[in-house]
Amino acid sequence: MLRLERRPEASQAMSYVSPLIAVVLMLIGGLVLFAVLGKNPLDGFRVFFINPISDLYGVSELLLKATPLMLIAVGLAVGFRANVWNIGAEGQLIIGAIAASAVALYFYGSAGGPHVLILMVVAGCIGGMLWAVIPVFLKTRFNTNEILVSLMLVYVAQLLLSWLIHGPMMDPDGFNFPQSRLFEDAALLPILIEGTRLNIAFTFAIGTLVVGYIFMYRSFAGFQMQVAGYAADAARYAGFSAKRMVWIGLMSGGAMAGLAGMSEVAGPMGQITEHVSNDYGFAAIIVAFVARLNPLGIFFASLLMALLYLGGEQAQQYLNLPSSISNVFQGMLLLFLLGSDVFINYRLRWKEAVA
Amino acid sequence: MTSASDGGHGYRLELEGITKIYPSVIANENVSLKVRQGEIHAVLGENGAGKSTLMKMIYGVARPDAGLMKWEGEVVQVENPAHARRLGIGMVFQHFSLFETLNVAENVALALPGNPDLDELAGRITEMSDRYGLPVDPLRLVHALSVGERQRVEIIRCLLQNPRLLIMDEPTSVLTPQAVYRLFDTLRQLAAEGCSILYISHKLDEIRELCHVATVLRDGKVTGDCIPAEETPKSMARLMIGKQLPVPERNLPTEPGEVRLELDRLSKKSDDPFGCDLRGIDLQVRSGEIVGIAGVSGNGQRELLCSLSGEDPVADADAVVICGQPCGRDRPNRRRRLGMGFVPEERLGRGAVPRMSLTENALLTAHHAGMLRHGMIQFGRISAFTRKCIENFNVKCGGEEHAASSLSGGNLQKFIMGREILLAPRLLVVAQPTWGVDVGAAAFVRQRLIDLRNSGTAILIISEDLEELFEISDRIAVIANGRLSPTKPLAETSIDEIGVWMSGMWEPTPASGEQIGA
Repeated sequence: MLRLERRPEASQAMSYVSPLIAVVLMLIGGLVLFAVLGKNPLDGFRVFFINPISDLYGVSELLLKATPLMLIAVGLAVGFRANVWNIGAEGQLIIGAIAASAVALYFYGSAGGPHVLILMVVAGCIGGMLWAVIPVFLKTRFNTNEILVSLMLVYVAQLLLSWLIHGPMMDPDGFNFPQSRLFEDAALLPILIEGTRLNIAFTFAIGTLVVGYIFMYRSFAGFQMQVAGYAADAARYAGFSAKRMVWIGLMSGGAMAGLAGMSEVAGPMGQITEHVSNDYGFAAIIVAFVARLNPLGIFFASLLMALLYLGGEQAQQYLNLPSSISNVFQGMLLLFLLGSDVFINYRLRWKEAVA
Repeated sequence: MTSASDGGHGYRLELEGITKIYPSVIANENVSLKVRQGEIHAVLGENGAGKSTLMKMIYGVARPDAGLMKWEGEVVQVENPAHARRLGIGMVFQHFSLFETLNVAENVALALPGNPDLDELAGRITEMSDRYGLPVDPLRLVHALSVGERQRVEIIRCLLQNPRLLIMDEPTSVLTPQAVYRLFDTLRQLAAEGCSILYISHKLDEIRELCHVATVLRDGKVTGDCIPAEETPKSMARLMIGKQLPVPERNLPTEPGEVRLELDRLSKKSDDPFGCDLRGIDLQVRSGEIVGIAGVSGNGQRELLCSLSGEDPVADADAVVICGQPCGRDRPNRRRRLGMGFVPEERLGRGAVPRMSLTENALLTAHHAGMLRHGMIQFGRISAFTRKCIENFNVKCGGEEHAASSLSGGNLQKFIMGREILLAPRLLVVAQPTWGVDVGAAAFVRQRLIDLRNSGTAILIISEDLEELFEISDRIAVIANGRLSPTKPLAETSIDEIGVWMSGMWEPTPASGEQIGA
């Protein structure tokens, strides 16, 4: 009889192996899924996971897609480590994109210069943070649940965006299409590799990973947040301020999500439309968890998640499958991760059935 | 041979070679035990000796990996507690399992099979409580009952099922001395009627007074059987811990110095609906003295500790004065900077973070002692501090990088105590310094507290262990129902007097909180 038995101490090794198991199971699940849909599983696998990154351009697209995921996941991980659950990064991304676009459109037709991009970065971060201030205020003042408030604000942000691009921000020469003017060059992020769309935001993301790592593992503030996440009573005993952690946790997530929104409108999109986000704000939550809230892990998990996005697009083109198949893969990844996480605290033992 | 009457078929319960292995520890190894009917049989051992595991197997909560259990001569395998109750085994746990928002009769009904009629049940409860001297009102809500009363409810709940074996797990740890005498009378009466009792304890005096036979466990193994009345506490302690009981050095009388902690009419409403409000507490603790606060748990200790530590600040800044600074409204960090150290009752989860290493746990409160630079952690310094703590305080552990949760209760307590003491506090507040700690570690901790006092620190100890308070305090007070008695020098009081005070009656007879506060 196979029995699940509690481990005497949580397994460190298993907490790192578990995401790998989840990835393998997701791949196996994918093969089964392709077969069930009547496709050759090996073809499906090649189109989904190999083709997107078979040349330099493909790799640059992968890094481009991973950029907002890295930014947001690091920002969220800072809060998640202290059990501050910001689920509304999607909304913060949208507000950041709106704020950055407002700056770009304000300077439209002027001489331009580096100050435009710098102001757009600042506006993106502040926009995201402003949207995150609402759950912070309601939580620290009235003890509301930040999961619900931040999540519901996503829908408010989406409606606000929709109104803006059907109204004040709509391109006056755009035949009433719901989108803004195309930004001028001064409002676009410089390209890193000629002939690709990969821009300087990728270096922001790498910088954020490094800063995030130092904050989480070397600074006292990061230590305090980890203590609060593991044992709230111990944080209170040590005199760490719970309010401060809610502030840091949500502000870091809001700022990074806002920056990601800015990097989308000033990067691959070059304007603001209703589809400013590809659900990056939600996908980044999965990234953060698969990565065990660790910046190095976030780097790899973001690449994997970006590959799922690209694979979905390829599957749509070459396999005649809906691109929402990406969401199925994301869902499988999270499900298998949660499942294999059981083995961090438990292990399987073969036991003779007791007579 | 024993004073218990021998039944027709000998033993009521026999255990032969019981072994229970948990993933990291052997809880019981080849334990054999025999209980006659009408016998009060002590199972004696330190914390962690395997007493509770053994009882859980008898009661069907856990299953042995090897060995045989015979009930009234028949081999049985107890499937679960309901099965145990059907056999006639009842158990009163150390931690009560009562619903606070239900009344006594309803709580009892939940444990009985079927759907008993509450009115009729209330009658049976009253009858049972008269018969065994366990006064309890069946219609009162449990949250309004004292700890002693709750224990009576648990006992009555067991007795209503007419058990032939009653297991009592550390029943006196929450009782006043007077309530202990009453409990013993009840247990003797039960035994005289033929009920066998397994009495789990580590308190030697109680066992000598109450029990007919004792089985001693150490490290999961039986180290001896004895008749307590024929042994001395010393000889039983040797069986229990394998060596002589260490005796702490008595306090040298010193002249107390400046006031380091002053409470002035400290009052606070508890956040917990079942908590205890603090009412006008006055207290002074001076440099170079240990002040002990006794009391039955749930009488305001938790609220008082949170007000002292700053985890739950009070509205009036002047109500708590630490080293001359009013700081009633301040959070724990400012109080620490004024020189206060604090050791909480819960070690895992409050005094230490279970999943973090000892180094990180040292940082928890030692951070203001030069462990940071520009907000960054100085890992070299904090490791050195941690190693010093482990060395000076004999903390047995795999190393400073191991998680706090891997330490035994006693070693973790030594570590937390060491961390707070190495920070050279001017005032140290300690809750339950040796609760759940083995005898050797307890003696060590007490000695360190006395040493710290001799070096001039003001120490306040809140404990439920009266013997401990009488061993190390210079002055002693009692907290009852959120009020604090006057403090008395140790030489001018006695365990009996403090025992009476623990039920809230101290001289002059208090009419109201104001009178005491004045």
